[in-house]
Amino acid sequence: MNPGTLQPDRQAPLQRPGDRPVIELEKVSLRFGGQFSGQLGGQFAGQFAVEELSLSIAPGEFFSLLGPSGSGKSTTLRLIAGFEHPDGGRIRLQGLDLTGAPPHRRPVNMVFQNYALFPHLDVWDNVAFGPRSQRLAAPQIRRRVGEILEVVRLSELARRRPHELSGGQQQRVALARALVNAPAALLLDEPLGALDPDLRRVMRSELQRIQRELGITFLLVTHDREEALSLSDRLAVLHQGRLEQVGTPRQLYDRPCSAVVATFLGAANLLPDSSAGGLRLLRPERLRLSETPPQQGECGLRAQVRELAFQGATVEVRLAGRDGLAGRDGLALIAIDTSANLPENLCVGSELWCRWNHADTHRLADCPP
Amino acid sequence: MNRIGNVLLAASSALTFALLYAPVAVTVLFSFNAPRGRFNLLWQGFTLANWRHPLGDPALTEAFLTSLALALAAALLAVLLGGLMALSLARARLRGRRVIGLLVALPLTNPEIVLATALLNLFVGIDLPRGPLTLLLSHSLFCLSYAALTLKARLAGFDPSLEQAAQDLGAPPLEAFARVTLPLLAPGLLAAGLLSFSLSFDDFVISSFMAGETVTLPLYLAGAFQREISPQVQVLTTLVLLVSAALLLLATLSGMPTLRKAVDLPRRDPFGRP
Repeated sequence: MNPGTLQPDRQAPLQRPGDRPVIELEKVSLRFGGQFSGQLGGQFAGQFAVEELSLSIAPGEFFSLLGPSGSGKSTTLRLIAGFEHPDGGRIRLQGLDLTGAPPHRRPVNMVFQNYALFPHLDVWDNVAFGPRSQRLAAPQIRRRVGEILEVVRLSELARRRPHELSGGQQQRVALARALVNAPAALLLDEPLGALDPDLRRVMRSELQRIQRELGITFLLVTHDREEALSLSDRLAVLHQGRLEQVGTPRQLYDRPCSAVVATFLGAANLLPDSSAGGLRLLRPERLRLSETPPQQGECGLRAQVRELAFQGATVEVRLAGRDGLAGRDGLALIAIDTSANLPENLCVGSELWCRWNHADTHRLADCPP
Repeated sequence: MNRIGNVLLAASSALTFALLYAPVAVTVLFSFNAPRGRFNLLWQGFTLANWRHPLGDPALTEAFLTSLALALAAALLAVLLGGLMALSLARARLRGRRVIGLLVALPLTNPEIVLATALLNLFVGIDLPRGPLTLLLSHSLFCLSYAALTLKARLAGFDPSLEQAAQDLGAPPLEAFARVTLPLLAPGLLAAGLLSFSLSFDDFVISSFMAGETVTLPLYLAGAFQREISPQVQVLTTLVLLVSAALLLLATLSGMPTLRKAVDLPRRDPFGRP
């Protein structure tokens, strides 16, 4: 949409304070039923698909929307792309209020979940679709398409049709096609969902490389927490159409504000907080298993092994507390440790000590509004 | 046993093909006949004279051209209206869409003679003289359901995110339709057009009610068989045959996916309409 160059100067840091946000959502709401007529229209009519969602995404950021299916993350993306229009709230892109603008007038481009490549056009013409829609001059189109095919490493396959490509190659075409217009932000709807695990890892680092190379804001929708944690500068966790928490991967993993966020981002022990009430989060990798009782300053609990899952480098151990903690009996615990650290004779039924430092636990406070 | 079975299978296949193509062969053969008298029905001798003057029979030529123009116009109209019908059936979120879908398919089971008499009632009622206009209206009408259903099937498998992707890339809705949806629908449009064309081209029942003074090829031939049959009849039908065979060959041999997909569909309706 904006005819800027494809490769801006990338010496600058990712986020410059004071930069105008690329994407800004202000209390955006959308109900099922009404004008939103997705497949959930009937049964869920009247309920919120997205409720009072406010988000602000900075230029150059790699931002992820994470949530289980039905959390409203794809709907949010479609709202930003213009395929849905909110019942309430404003959507600003590059500072312009584009709440009601049609998709073709928005400076964002989308990578669809199923890629949505045009089957009647070859790779080159698929990628050139955007520049041609912008009525760019032929030499300019040639230059841009050539450049972006280079970036996604598909120059060799320019004359192939989509059905002649592998899944990973189709993915690259979809990326190139959406990036060639040099959008203010690239919207990615579960882009790696259809790929097998190995290819997924490759494409994950490809996404990262391309984002760094081009400096374009990426907004990724995913339900894969590893993907979100490893790729994002910041991420937002959505739950039932509402924003649970926004922050860096580290913040959200270590200091989640709710049990929903805590458990969605990884395995979690939620311990009752004896002093203040409520719950404290203890990540399983911070729990130590040993034959010796806790030392001074440590917390501890005698527990019995219920399940053992050897995963190579690490072992996942599920335990049940023996003598209770804060009067509770049989508190379920999960520990993840490197296999090198664990007693060799560990087996289901073994009793041992779970130990941790109080400082490694985090109190789940209410989410800030 | 197996060998006998194979032989029998081969023989029955050969017979089937012979029966299918014998009339075609006879037609081609008799276009080279030199008949003595008014009826080109008995083999008299070989000549190329008929082929030198394919349009040598003025009445026949006129009927032939009338049918050609009528079939083309009816096919165009049917594809246009049927396409719009199919689009709204596949896309619009209409209340009672299934009922409407059924109503579109229903005329296929309607005997032609019923439609013919009904249309006659209508046109007489509104005092519309029978002629080219009533022919065109009635032909497009009975082609409409075929065209709509052919295109609806095509649209049912159409991924709506393709059009959204086009819009997302900066194409306004109409442009997105023209650059993505239409090219992908082209095989369906062509198939619907071919089907409508051939249905209209050889229609007799409805034409005989609607024609007035106009003479279409089937009407002319039916009448001519009582007076005379010139060898040009066989020449022109052979030409029609050649054109459709050439189209088919082109579609199979060439890399034209549009054409290939179009002829893949049944040329005749599944309800055994004449």
